[in-house]
Amino acid sequence: MSAMKIRKNILTLHAKEIAIRNLFGFFAFLSVLLLGLILLFLFREGLPLFKKISLADFLFGTAWYPTYEPPEYGIWPLIVGSLAVTFFASLIAVPLGLLSAVYIAEIAPTRIKEILKSIIELLAGLPSVVLGFFGMVIVGPWLQETFDLPTGLNIMNASVMLAIMAIPTISSLSEDALYAVPREFKEASYALGATKYETIIRVIIPAALSGVSTAVILGMARAIGETMVVLMVAGGAAAIPEGIFDAVRPMTASIAAEMGEAPFRSGHYHALFATGIVLFVITLAFNLIADYISNRFRETGSGTL
Amino acid sequence: MNGKTFKSSMRARYLKQKLFFGAVRLSALLITLALFGILAYILANGFRAITWEFLTQPPTDSMTKGGIMPAIVGTLYLTVGAILVALPLGVVSAIFLTEYAKQGALTRIIRIGVNCLAGVPSVVFGLFGLGFFVVFLKFGSSILAGALTLGILILPTIIGAAEEALKAVPQTFREASLALGVSKWNTIFRITLPSALPGILTGAILGVGRAAGETAPIMFTAAAFFTAVLPKSIFDEVMALPYHIYVLATAGTHIEETRPLQYGTVLVLIALVLGIDLIAIVMRSMIRRNKRW
Repeated sequence: MSAMKIRKNILTLHAKEIAIRNLFGFFAFLSVLLLGLILLFLFREGLPLFKKISLADFLFGTAWYPTYEPPEYGIWPLIVGSLAVTFFASLIAVPLGLLSAVYIAEIAPTRIKEILKSIIELLAGLPSVVLGFFGMVIVGPWLQETFDLPTGLNIMNASVMLAIMAIPTISSLSEDALYAVPREFKEASYALGATKYETIIRVIIPAALSGVSTAVILGMARAIGETMVVLMVAGGAAAIPEGIFDAVRPMTASIAAEMGEAPFRSGHYHALFATGIVLFVITLAFNLIADYISNRFRETGSGTL
Repeated sequence: MNGKTFKSSMRARYLKQKLFFGAVRLSALLITLALFGILAYILANGFRAITWEFLTQPPTDSMTKGGIMPAIVGTLYLTVGAILVALPLGVVSAIFLTEYAKQGALTRIIRIGVNCLAGVPSVVFGLFGLGFFVVFLKFGSSILAGALTLGILILPTIIGAAEEALKAVPQTFREASLALGVSKWNTIFRITLPSALPGILTGAILGVGRAAGETAPIMFTAAAFFTAVLPKSIFDEVMALPYHIYVLATAGTHIEETRPLQYGTVLVLIALVLGIDLIAIVMRSMIRRNKRW
């Protein structure tokens, strides 16, 4: 092969390499494009609503009667419903998720640790419709009987089932964060005479705090966006709740339940897409905050001492 | 501090520790009980419904009797379709992120995009699928629209798993190949990718499990209440296991009457999804144990 030919070969090879690199880059960038596309199509189908009512009336209106004449599209009760179930689910899921993460990362013997990790992964794999079904046929009737309620499908029920969905997220992400704390931190603490408990509470958890906060935020984002559980067990009443045993209709449940019946491109249809925009924006904010925290405070290594 | 107060303060500190460890163990126990409680309950109530006819016959008598075969077939079509969409796209994205991209603004944006995509609620994917695939691209409610929607939903899972698998391939493998004069592309295709393959497959299997259990994304894009015949093309609607459970448990006048069918369908879905997950978990631990490098 002449020198010229080799040169030419290398050049085409190089061009090929660059082409492949750019092609792959485009496909990787597709995730970002898809995110934009999702937003675009939510807007396309949702924005026409605001020719009919104002954004403030939509967000803070307290009456959701999309099928009445004239219809009312106030989603405040739906927002409150979403926030209520997410809040109470977090009250259960955060302690359980965090404590189980501490157990796995710091206390459990290797064998139990492996088993428990698999259990949590399987729990994460339970389809939401299965949890919704379980809440309907078991937890619901039990709540109704025990507390003598008109219905067992309420905030309480939805919160418990949502907590089961959020625990795996919180637990596994917290465990990663705890696990990443440098060994020197622990050893220094023991050397000062601290007990294992004191080391975990005062050294390890504070050092892992950014990761743990990220885990909690992502767990809550999971709960607020969860659909089938709240659709099946939250009770479906589009009213502002007064207690934990009241039925609610979170945003996700409203979309899932009503989209099938809403006439194509009617006000109702647009209102459900607009609700989707609100949901998208809330979960996007949660994710961006989580991303910010985990990047901003990532450098908790021995070098930062 | 004299010896006595020291001793009692030590005792108090260890008591605190004991209480804390107790709470920690209790939480682990509660989580375990939640999983096995749910599984045991579904199994106990569902196994009687599982017969050969249940698995191989379509529903009859306005879905109060008969089997769930069309729903099983529909779920298979949707998940296979989803993985056909997500696997190539996810692996290519992961290759770019781990092998090509320099750490910088572009990778940062891509990573944020992937993370945010992973956080989009499933029902919003459903809305997107409806607005884009069903209405805008005129696919109608169909296997194609549902599979594409599910594929986008599991894309972040696949990217994450593939990235992890690629990162686990030792740098020396790549260096050895490049040192022999092999091009970058051939190094990736012949050396890195085959070494990462088991890990990527594990991720793909987990993605399949996720896609099979999702309900909200297919409600407006693919799922049919009832079809008498199996789908003939990718533009047909299908029944799907998760949606079938939802329909039987919430709609219609025969909710109590069809409880056994509901338990049976739930059991089939759980067996399918957790079976898939278990395969992935076992595969992963085998890969870890048999690692040759």
